[in-house]
Amino acid sequence: MAERKRALLQGNEAVVEGAIAAGMRFFAGYPITPSTEIAEGCAKRLPEVGGRFIQMEDELASMAAVIGASVTGTKSMTATSGPGFSLKQENIGYAALAEIPCVIVDVQRQGPSTGLPTSPSQGDYMQARWGTHGDHPVIAVSPSSVQETYEETIRCFNLAERYRVPVILLMDEIVGHMREGIEMMSPEEITVLDRLVKEDPEQAAMPYDIVPGEYVPRITPFGEGIYYNITGLLHDNWGFPSTSPVKNNRQTTRIMNKIIKNAEQIEKYETDGVDDCDTLIVSFGGTARSAEAAITIARENDYKVGLFRPVTVWPFPEKALSEICDHVKNIIVAELNFGQMTLEVERIAKGRCEVTHIGKVNGTILKPNEIYRLIREVSR
Amino acid sequence: MPSTLIEKYIRESHLPHIWCAGCGNGTIMRDVIQAIDNLGLDKKDVVIVSGIGCSARAAGYMNFNSIHTTHGRAIAFATGIKMAKPHMKVIVLTGDGDAAAIGGNHLIHAARRNIDLTVVVFNNSIYGMTGGQFSPTTPTGEFATTAPYGSIDPNFDIPELARAAGATYTARGTTYHVPQTIKLIENAIAHDGFSIVECVTTCPTYYGRKNKKGDAVKMLEYQRDNSVSVAKAKTMTAEELKGKIVFGELYVDNEKPEYTKEYEKIIEIAGGRSDE
Ligand SMILES: Cc1ncc(C[n+]2csc(CCOP(=O)(O)OP(=O)(O)O)c2C)c(N)n1
Ligand code: SF4
Repeated sequence: MAERKRALLQGNEAVVEGAIAAGMRFFAGYPITPSTEIAEGCAKRLPEVGGRFIQMEDELASMAAVIGASVTGTKSMTATSGPGFSLKQENIGYAALAEIPCVIVDVQRQGPSTGLPTSPSQGDYMQARWGTHGDHPVIAVSPSSVQETYEETIRCFNLAERYRVPVILLMDEIVGHMREGIEMMSPEEITVLDRLVKEDPEQAAMPYDIVPGEYVPRITPFGEGIYYNITGLLHDNWGFPSTSPVKNNRQTTRIMNKIIKNAEQIEKYETDGVDDCDTLIVSFGGTARSAEAAITIARENDYKVGLFRPVTVWPFPEKALSEICDHVKNIIVAELNFGQMTLEVERIAKGRCEVTHIGKVNGTILKPNEIYRLIREVSR
Repeated sequence: MPSTLIEKYIRESHLPHIWCAGCGNGTIMRDVIQAIDNLGLDKKDVVIVSGIGCSARAAGYMNFNSIHTTHGRAIAFATGIKMAKPHMKVIVLTGDGDAAAIGGNHLIHAARRNIDLTVVVFNNSIYGMTGGQFSPTTPTGEFATTAPYGSIDPNFDIPELARAAGATYTARGTTYHVPQTIKLIENAIAHDGFSIVECVTTCPTYYGRKNKKGDAVKMLEYQRDNSVSVAKAKTMTAEELKGKIVFGELYVDNEKPEYTKEYEKIIEIAGGRSDE
């Protein structure tokens, strides 16, 4: 095995390294705390590997430029935080409908509007799923450590290419600014998926015609002599606008189904001690670190507590959680918001166990003993 | 010869187009295609990018790498395409609302960078697609569905706006002056830097009807009778130029560095290897 490089990195820096390792060669962004180190890192690192960086005039433009670069076959990314994430939404929907692979990093900060720019939050969880208008597919991934950030960034690019969807790397200020020692994989160890295309030029000229048995179109990038149209209007297999109810239904259903039918390949989660626990903590991103510490304290005090940590947060790993719901008494959802993932957990639990939310919206993190206190309370 | 142009460049299976009878959009689309053909560009390297509007629908009829984007954002999409593949010729087709209202910020920043894009503005002085609301180029005092008492909004001079922002090629054509407009678009595409050609066009359906400009023929006659060339305009006073359409090459600067070429230097300084 080739040697791995060790480094002390911040989560945001790990995003840059992971993205470059995955083949990202274009970044467009607009500065915003707490994500700015990603743009700064890309400005420095991309030209070193022959890639290109541009600071755009705003987030609308950044998202547009990322999609533009991606249609030429260039792996592309943008990074932002709440206010900028809101501005990107229309074009994220464009990428979802036109099926253009891209990665959007949202390093969450507290509050609506300008909120608390330097404080952590997980308040964009629902926005990551439903931020843009209309029914649309999306994948969102939320890492809990710097090492995981590096590895999950690579996976985000692979998911974007494989399913031709915008993939949201849903970070939070905790992980974005946390510094940890990590191991960077050698190029031979990294799986990098590239865009699938159709061999036959006549077939390729019909980019949205799906190969039987597949859900994802194989689209030849611009510049290779295959001429077709891309549009954000509902379209036919040629990529040409269509108002046919039959075609429109087929397209809208397929783009949802490509995620639903492949959910198990997309889902990722970690569990700890779930087989014989009475209380289950569901937590993700930076908050899961507090949850893990709370579980350690609880176990030292003889409470039977398990952890369910979704890494892919959209689609939510539903089946895996549902199985656990059959035997636990209580679920505590620990997240830095008013209870967003909690809604998803309640939906899956379907009343089989008690679901309690613990959160915070004041710009500070959830502390382990706060979660531990609730574990004791619900166990009574 | 128009027939070979159609065969070479038009997606005939997607015709008829959506435009109204008498609309000038088809004329400008043909001008763009003729300019591309005159330059002998390799289709493989040409990308047609459009925003949203009646005019933006042109992209779908043109058999190139074509992308119809979101309202106002065509220039930003085009910037990403050009950055990723600097050897490509990226041509943006956009309406006056698309380019100068919702997309105004992208227009001025692309001009400031002097990135090598060619922007063709289909200026019909109205929002056609949404049914006749006033746009940033509707002359003050004229009527629109959202200006039922006459517009109080001053209007933009788009080429002048782009020039002030840093564009290095600006021009204006009309749907009446076809050969001249083709040449302007040709020069714009050949220009290495941000170029913009405003094409004054007719929307008899909304702008024409709301402002009693007559049918399409009348509107073209208006263009003929009220246009003056850049050379002639130089001999006229500001008073005489009021209400006139000044057409031709308005501004050319061949000195300002082009953005993607400057970025190639960054790659070199950083020690990277460009695949361009
Ligand atoms: C974000 C957004 N806002 C509004 C619209 C509705 N809309 C579609 S086209 C258009 C105006 C088009 O006018 P213009 O750009 O001048 O093009 P024309 O139709 O006249 O060619 C508007 C407002 C939209 N599609 N997207
Ligand atoms: S509404 Fe106006 S701009 Fe639109 S197609 Fe009709 S004439 Fe052309």
